[in-house]
Amino acid sequence: MSDNSKHHVVPLSTYYLIFLALMVGTALTWWVATIDLGAMNNVIMLTIAVTKATLVILFFMHVRYASKLTWTIILGSVFWLLILLVLTMNDYLTRSWLHYG
Amino acid sequence: MSSNTVASPTSTYLNNGLTLKSWLLTKDHKRIALLYLAAVSFFFLIGALFAVLIRLELVTPAGDLLTDETYNKVFTMHGVMMVFFFLIPVVPAVLGNFLIPLMIGAKDLAFPKLNLLSFYVYMVGSLFTMWSIVSGGLDTGWTFYTPFSTVASTSAVVPAALGIFINGFSGILTGLNFMVTIHTMRAPGMTWFRLPLFVWAHYATSLIQILGTPVVAITIVLVAAERVFGFGLFNPAVGGDPVLFQHLFWFYSHPAVYIMILPAMGIISEIIASSSRKQVFGYSFVAFASIGIAVIGFLVWGHHMFVSGESVYAALVFSVLTFIVAVPSAVKVFNWTATMYRGSVSWESPMFFAAGFMGLFAVGGLTGLFLASMGLDVHLTDTYFVVAHFHYVMVGGTIMGYLGGIHFWWPKITGRKYNDIMARVSAVIVFIGFNLTFLPQFVVGYLGMPRRYHAYPDEFQVLNVLSSAGAAVLAVGYMMPIFYLIASLKTGELAGDNPWGAVGLEWNTTSPPPTENFKTTPVVTWEAYEYPTPVEGHVV
Amino acid sequence: MEQQTEASLLGMWTFLVTEILFFGGALTAYLVYRNWYPDAFALASYEIPIMPGAINTAVLIFSSLTMALAVHFAQTGDRGKTMLFIVLTSILGAAFLGIKAYEYHEKYVEHFIPGFGLPFEFPANPEYTNAARIFYSLYFVLTGLHALHMIIGLGIMTWMFIWVKNGTITQEYYAPVEIAGLYWHFVDIVWIFLFPLLYLIGRHVHHVG
Repeated sequence: MSDNSKHHVVPLSTYYLIFLALMVGTALTWWVATIDLGAMNNVIMLTIAVTKATLVILFFMHVRYASKLTWTIILGSVFWLLILLVLTMNDYLTRSWLHYG
Repeated sequence: MSSNTVASPTSTYLNNGLTLKSWLLTKDHKRIALLYLAAVSFFFLIGALFAVLIRLELVTPAGDLLTDETYNKVFTMHGVMMVFFFLIPVVPAVLGNFLIPLMIGAKDLAFPKLNLLSFYVYMVGSLFTMWSIVSGGLDTGWTFYTPFSTVASTSAVVPAALGIFINGFSGILTGLNFMVTIHTMRAPGMTWFRLPLFVWAHYATSLIQILGTPVVAITIVLVAAERVFGFGLFNPAVGGDPVLFQHLFWFYSHPAVYIMILPAMGIISEIIASSSRKQVFGYSFVAFASIGIAVIGFLVWGHHMFVSGESVYAALVFSVLTFIVAVPSAVKVFNWTATMYRGSVSWESPMFFAAGFMGLFAVGGLTGLFLASMGLDVHLTDTYFVVAHFHYVMVGGTIMGYLGGIHFWWPKITGRKYNDIMARVSAVIVFIGFNLTFLPQFVVGYLGMPRRYHAYPDEFQVLNVLSSAGAAVLAVGYMMPIFYLIASLKTGELAGDNPWGAVGLEWNTTSPPPTENFKTTPVVTWEAYEYPTPVEGHVV
Repeated sequence: MEQQTEASLLGMWTFLVTEILFFGGALTAYLVYRNWYPDAFALASYEIPIMPGAINTAVLIFSSLTMALAVHFAQTGDRGKTMLFIVLTSILGAAFLGIKAYEYHEKYVEHFIPGFGLPFEFPANPEYTNAARIFYSLYFVLTGLHALHMIIGLGIMTWMFIWVKNGTITQEYYAPVEIAGLYWHFVDIVWIFLFPLLYLIGRHVHHVG
């Protein structure tokens, strides 16, 4: 099982581009935060955050060139975090649904 | 394969360096396993002493031996020592460490220095917990429920919490080490589906350790922060939710019980295959069942909270998932049974322990289903029924499996055979003592006796006395191996490479193995458990 | 050597998994309480000055760039540039911590520290005091743990600098720098989420328009 991320040399221009994208994303997040879009505020800000994280993971952390195992590990851990969040919120969001007695 | 022509191997991991330093600073996974063996045995003893106090107190209905506050501390420390310092580490750190590199044909684990670090982290964690014992003990139950643990308890919560937090890192490092090792260090020809099921079991266990332990770590940090800094995250008086603590705590602590049982199940697969001289029936089903238990085990934690205030709907979801998690375990029990069917079963002591495991684990697992059912759980929760259930799986399951493994691989680890008749007697005494201790607890729990109380109504006394008597028998059964196993070191017959005639790479090297495990890297060309056509009997 | 590198990278990724779940537990607490006290959280978040947080976000993103460059030059065997970018990364990390310390001091002055026996007031809406306490508890736990990881990151940077300087790191063996980079980027990613979750909840509701 070879991890060829160490063989592939990412061109410097890619790094600068990603850096720019991250800064733009930050500015965007700040700007959107000041506009009232109701529930969409959270959705948009989280989407931007996830996009920024994805860019860091794919390019700064070289995952774009990494093995399937690395991808599985990352996606698996995100999935597990979602299990924790979803099943916990499953309790809190349904507490008003049914009552004892 | 008669052993009177066996010569003692000259250079083994045991005589490769005889100074204390060569042991305490070793990077050899086999020596680290023995360091762990000494440590976990010591902490088991401490946990057992607390158990003795519990059973002594419960001989009489009145709370006459210990005050209620002291009793709270006694059952808490029993739980903490047994869960965190014995049951969770024991099989992976002792047998897993020793055997995994051997079983996959490697020289050592992927990160030998991390392995040694994980041992010392374990010891540091245990020191903090011991400090909490001597500075007055912990009285919150091993479950640390808030807000008692964060606000009201006056006991040594922070040292104990710190000890468990540190100890958690040991488990994470071990799991990390095993996972990377199994992925990257298998010998040529050792494909995933030729791996012994013991290795699959430890892989699944490692997944749980990596994914679950960090959550209990942050939970402990939050509890400590609340207690030390005064943050109010779990305190209802300032708007916090104690149930949130329970969610975070049980997210780890339920999968933790699978950390305890999966390695033991791995041992059982090995013993049954070897003792039946047969390929494990449905090998891939058993392998996938290990992963299945690990995965589904993360989805059921709310069954500890049915009466704590979680929503009825969430409880329903957790209940259904809990029924589902029983399925892969049942698959394993069926497959082990099918392995024995038409096998040439030889009944040496490891098989005694394995058979004991199958019976006791079956009872423990089935009674778990009682508790998974919401309606029944309302009646049974926090009674002795629960106590009996988890002791059946953890003691009847994990410890029986562990003892079976110790006996099965003792010849490999030490190069000596032990007195098998004494071992069989010990297994029977353990089985009888165990059932005498814990079967009455099902009854007395169903009749309503609550857990964690030092006094109880008179009508429960007979069953409690039976239970305490059983504990005495169980103690005898547990102490016997100490004598004949240690005696074997001096007077035991030399074991030879493969005293059981088993299939597996660990049996293809000397007993004890050399430090580098194999003289030449093995190349695997056979399937797992590729036993020749069964022959009658077994040459001892 | 190659198998060792692969194993080390796998080991670091596995460790990062534990970090994701570690912070994830705290995020669960955050999610639960934000769901319970949405208005109090929005108001409490609004009370946190955004500028230091935004600057810190930019600082960390910049440090991720310099870290990626450090790894790049380790890969290409340029010892001097590797050391330069490790130092730059460290300086940026230290700047982050400095700004954080300033923010914490401000919280102390404003009586927003919900513990240590310190006075806690929430004058913006006294009815929200308890919920604000919980918000700030989460704020300090999340940013405090993040800062702790940052400090450890600075230690790792120092270690890498020494190894590059004394020749342990070569073009054939630069895996430790790459692994250090993985850790550093992870700490950056945590902040990428903490910034909107802690600083930006209430801006659309309470911004001075």
